[in-house]
Amino acid sequence: MKRSHWSIPYAVFLGIFVVLPLLLILLYALQDGQGHFTLQNITRFFSDADALGTFAVSLEIAIENTLLCILLGYPAAWILANRELNRSAVTIVLFILPMWINALMRTLATAELFNIFGIPLGKGTLLFGMVYDYLPFMIYPIYNVLVKMDKSYPEAAQDLGATPWKVFWKVTVPLSLPGVSSGVLMVFMPTVSTFAISEFLTNNKIKLFGTIIQENINASMWNYGAALALFMLIIIGISTLFTRDGKEAEGALI
Amino acid sequence: MKKVIAQIYLWILMILLYAPLVFIAIFSFTESKVLGSWSGFSTQLYENLFTGRMQESASLISAVENTLLIALVSAAVSMALGTVAAIGIFNLTGRKRRALSFLNNIPMINPDVITGVSLFLLFVFLHFSQGYLSVILSHISFGTPYVVLSVLPKLQQMNPNIYEAALDLGATPGQALRKVLVPLLRPGMISGFILAFTMSLDDFAVTFFTRGTIGLETLSTFIYADARKGGLTPELRPLMTLIFLIILVLLLFINLRQAKMQKANE
Repeated sequence: MKRSHWSIPYAVFLGIFVVLPLLLILLYALQDGQGHFTLQNITRFFSDADALGTFAVSLEIAIENTLLCILLGYPAAWILANRELNRSAVTIVLFILPMWINALMRTLATAELFNIFGIPLGKGTLLFGMVYDYLPFMIYPIYNVLVKMDKSYPEAAQDLGATPWKVFWKVTVPLSLPGVSSGVLMVFMPTVSTFAISEFLTNNKIKLFGTIIQENINASMWNYGAALALFMLIIIGISTLFTRDGKEAEGALI
Repeated sequence: MKKVIAQIYLWILMILLYAPLVFIAIFSFTESKVLGSWSGFSTQLYENLFTGRMQESASLISAVENTLLIALVSAAVSMALGTVAAIGIFNLTGRKRRALSFLNNIPMINPDVITGVSLFLLFVFLHFSQGYLSVILSHISFGTPYVVLSVLPKLQQMNPNIYEAALDLGATPGQALRKVLVPLLRPGMISGFILAFTMSLDDFAVTFFTRGTIGLETLSTFIYADARKGGLTPELRPLMTLIFLIILVLLLFINLRQAKMQKANE
């Protein structure tokens, strides 16, 4: 038996538990409750003001959350990766630790904290809580790229007369973009799709796209739920293409 | 000066990130039913948690047991399946290798809700009754990719002749696997296992969609149901605090050991 054949069990497993389920989303999205072919679920989404509105809000929150995470996380990752500014291995562990703790637990604790300080739950608290939840997922990939970066590039730029500011913007930032793009992938899509987190942080005032999918599935409206999921899959496909570009850029640079 | 600003920035972020966790930890030492009101120092909640003398004791403890059982079983199967798969993928070339690597990435990129819904439809479609088995199978499906990705680099670092040498010297493929390959791949297998294990512990959405209606609760679904009813079970506070401390100690231990080993290698 050839050793390449060892991949067969996993290939079968992936076929059943990854490929088939995704095809089923497509199948259910294109069927009505009786199993007949229909485009009704798709057209319903585009005339469903509630779903469209939620979709727009989700995208908006996800974009704002991603930008905030980059804005707050990049400096942190940069400091953590800089040997002159941070010598301790413990600090980075402390920054990635929240990733390992149940997100629901952290979200509930955050929501309770808002309650105690009398801050009304709404869009502000939702964004704040989202940044809480996803910041480590932005810091870690950027830190990883920065820490592995060849220090001779910034040094060379410095020797050739670039100011520290220029070194940072023209050398460090471009070299760290692959880290930023995987951070974006780890923050953006999960924000659009979360369901429990937005419920808790806004007291059910703001729904995100994941909530609508969950509500439809739970109400046994599988076909419409599947159509909504299909819509999201398409968006994931598009955003993955962007990150693939990021990976190619990484290969081109190094 | 630069250093001071950098340290202050890190500290502010750290305080913000940890405020909710510290808050939970502080209020785990008081008996008050409502989170945030202090009714004097007490370790009653910890006692309740360990002795099971509390209102919702049975359901919380069984949720913790379910969580651990599902995480252990699915991570163990993921480790075995993923290691064998990594060896296979490593020996594949060209289009087949690219196709499998692509499929292996899907569960990691897919948001939980999509994974959950798609697996839910699978079990409905196959008339597979949902419960422990469907949840464990689902967790294997999103845990295995992490094992594959942890084991592949170890295969790339390995001298490929060692395995051939074992076969030439008369080992059966099974013996060569157990005595030569597995010891070399063990670090990757262990980190893959830990990743799959924590992914399973953390999961909420996939479990939520695939657990069916037999009343199976994991810690995540328990917390979700609890919070929707309004007000968290007070015993969750000491439980969260303990989980937090265990993870903190584990991560510090693993990372400091790695840092030490790297220094020793240098």
